[in-house]
Amino acid sequence: MSTIITRRTLLAGAAASSALPLVGARAQAPFGVGFVYVGPIGDHGYTWTHDQGRLALEKEYGAKIKTSFIENVAEGPDAARAIRQLAQAGNQLIFTTSFGFMNPTIQVAKQFPKIFFEHATGYQRAENVATYNARFYEGRAAIGTIAGHMSKTGQAGYVASFPIPEVVMGINAFHLAAKKVNPNFKTKVIWCSTWYDPAKEADAAKALIDQGADMITQHTDSAAPLQAAEQRGVFAFGQASDMKAFAPKAHLSAIVDDWSGYYIKRVKEAMGGTWKTGDVWHGLKEGMVKLAPYNDAITPAARAAADDVQKGIIAGTLHPFTGELKDQKGTLRLKAGETASDEMLSKMDWYVDGVQA
Amino acid sequence: MENAPGEGRAMTAAILVSIFMTLAAAATPILLASLGELVTEKAGVLNLGVEGMMLCGAVAGFAVAYSTGSIALGLIAATLAGVAAAMIFALLTLGLGSNQVATGLALTIFGIGASSLIGAGFVGRTITRLGPLFPADYAAHPWLRLVFGHDAIVYLSLALVLAVGLFLRRTKAGLILRAVGENADSAHAIGYRVLAIRTAATAFGGALAGLGGAYFSLALTPMWADRLTAGRGWIALALVVFAAWKPGRLLIGAYLFGAVATFELQAKAAGWSFIAPEVLAMTPYLATIVVLTMMSLGRRIGGRDAPACLGKPFPAS
Repeated sequence: MSTIITRRTLLAGAAASSALPLVGARAQAPFGVGFVYVGPIGDHGYTWTHDQGRLALEKEYGAKIKTSFIENVAEGPDAARAIRQLAQAGNQLIFTTSFGFMNPTIQVAKQFPKIFFEHATGYQRAENVATYNARFYEGRAAIGTIAGHMSKTGQAGYVASFPIPEVVMGINAFHLAAKKVNPNFKTKVIWCSTWYDPAKEADAAKALIDQGADMITQHTDSAAPLQAAEQRGVFAFGQASDMKAFAPKAHLSAIVDDWSGYYIKRVKEAMGGTWKTGDVWHGLKEGMVKLAPYNDAITPAARAAADDVQKGIIAGTLHPFTGELKDQKGTLRLKAGETASDEMLSKMDWYVDGVQA
Repeated sequence: MENAPGEGRAMTAAILVSIFMTLAAAATPILLASLGELVTEKAGVLNLGVEGMMLCGAVAGFAVAYSTGSIALGLIAATLAGVAAAMIFALLTLGLGSNQVATGLALTIFGIGASSLIGAGFVGRTITRLGPLFPADYAAHPWLRLVFGHDAIVYLSLALVLAVGLFLRRTKAGLILRAVGENADSAHAIGYRVLAIRTAATAFGGALAGLGGAYFSLALTPMWADRLTAGRGWIALALVVFAAWKPGRLLIGAYLFGAVATFELQAKAAGWSFIAPEVLAMTPYLATIVVLTMMSLGRRIGGRDAPACLGKPFPAS
């Protein structure tokens, strides 16, 4: 169902945009909202959660808006073409949902100053380009707490993609939370050097289980690590959406992205003429990050502890990165009582003590 | 490895056995696909569409297994889907004389798209994976698991290596197939139907690629997701060259690849932090380069390996 860009539709789009000065004529038309997705929508995972946000928009605004999307857009020259296509098709607000779309988004936004753009997880902004991201690490602190309580071996395995700050931050948040419960906790990381290779992700999970991990966490995109955990009889956590269907016994919970609240708010602002550029980084408090329903296997103590972590973060009384905090090499990163700044988090390239990466 | 005190030899043995089981599973789909391609290439046809045929097999196998609840039917469907994809290739290259390299690449792109389209309705579904062939009692002891702990496809792939090896070397049909690949004109002159034989060899290649693809969606990761094979078809293609078109070496090559890939992950899990993760991620490719270099050095002494008519159309245009 992806929109296929042909030369003809491209020309049609160009014709439509050259008619833009006659904007009064299209005042009655529904407000166009476009989405550019990096992957296929499928029915779980990162792109799916963005599409759930799009569907929430349709439910909220009905005939007042018209949404469209292009899925499976490669991060590169194709992205600029896809974004431009949505702009020329008359969309007035365009969400580009992957880090690699940053430069193309900025580039196209310059050509369409009247259109609003929103880029997920980037850091470049403009008058008509805002950025947004979610504090996934807050959810990871909650699942780390569950892992600390539920692990018998005191070892978790982390199937990871690339050592970028986003992923490193998640590993550290997970590990710190588990370590609070069990000071001897170990988190072993395997870098798969890919976001998506189901067979490799599954083998990585198996290797971690072989080496003693009985909790599997992942920051890669397929459900394969969960299936490997299910097969080997250990516990695991889903990524980006509830992945219970893949591993009913192993799946303890998952960090869930929920973009709908933000999308509904921004579309309202864009329609009402109050849209402004900006940068948001929302978490549990705003509901952009959630936890999937707990598995019945989670003990009452673990459940209560994870709930407390979530409540503490929402109330602002608990920050997952609070000192005293030393890294793997023993360097003091945060003094006692000090909490990490957003800048520190977004540049994180070190591991806390006890992470084996 | 960091073994806590008290974890003794039994633990290590269990890990070793487990590593080998993972290795065999990683090697099997590549072995199947490359064995099929080997037979295709022996007949003089270069089909670069292995990745696409694997994906067709993976999606057809999953769709049928999910809809009928039968893994066996899924495997049959996957094999047939691989054959069907290979027949498109045969029609274009052997029937209509299109360029084999370009058509093979197009077949891969077609396979990616077609599998994505067919699979769209199956994303997020799961099935009960293909389990071990023998009852668990046989594999109770860790070392016996090495012999009795695998699923049927692992044993089938090993049997096929033996069968293909014997077929190519010891049977008249195998001799004819090789003759068609080495010198199509001569084979034609003495009355063999070159195009029919090449079509059959291409179909066999498609069948094994389809089966190899289904190993992903039915055994390794029992689900359907876009591009599930993640480039293994290209490794299978490289392996044929790597093995110098010899089934025995193909077996070694596939298991070597599985071993290197598994070693990479185990070393990371064991926390061998003195090796950079990027270096470990590179090892399968480094190993490939090393072996290819060794082979080319060996070839200078031992002569040429590829079938002489590989990739050449018949009748010659």
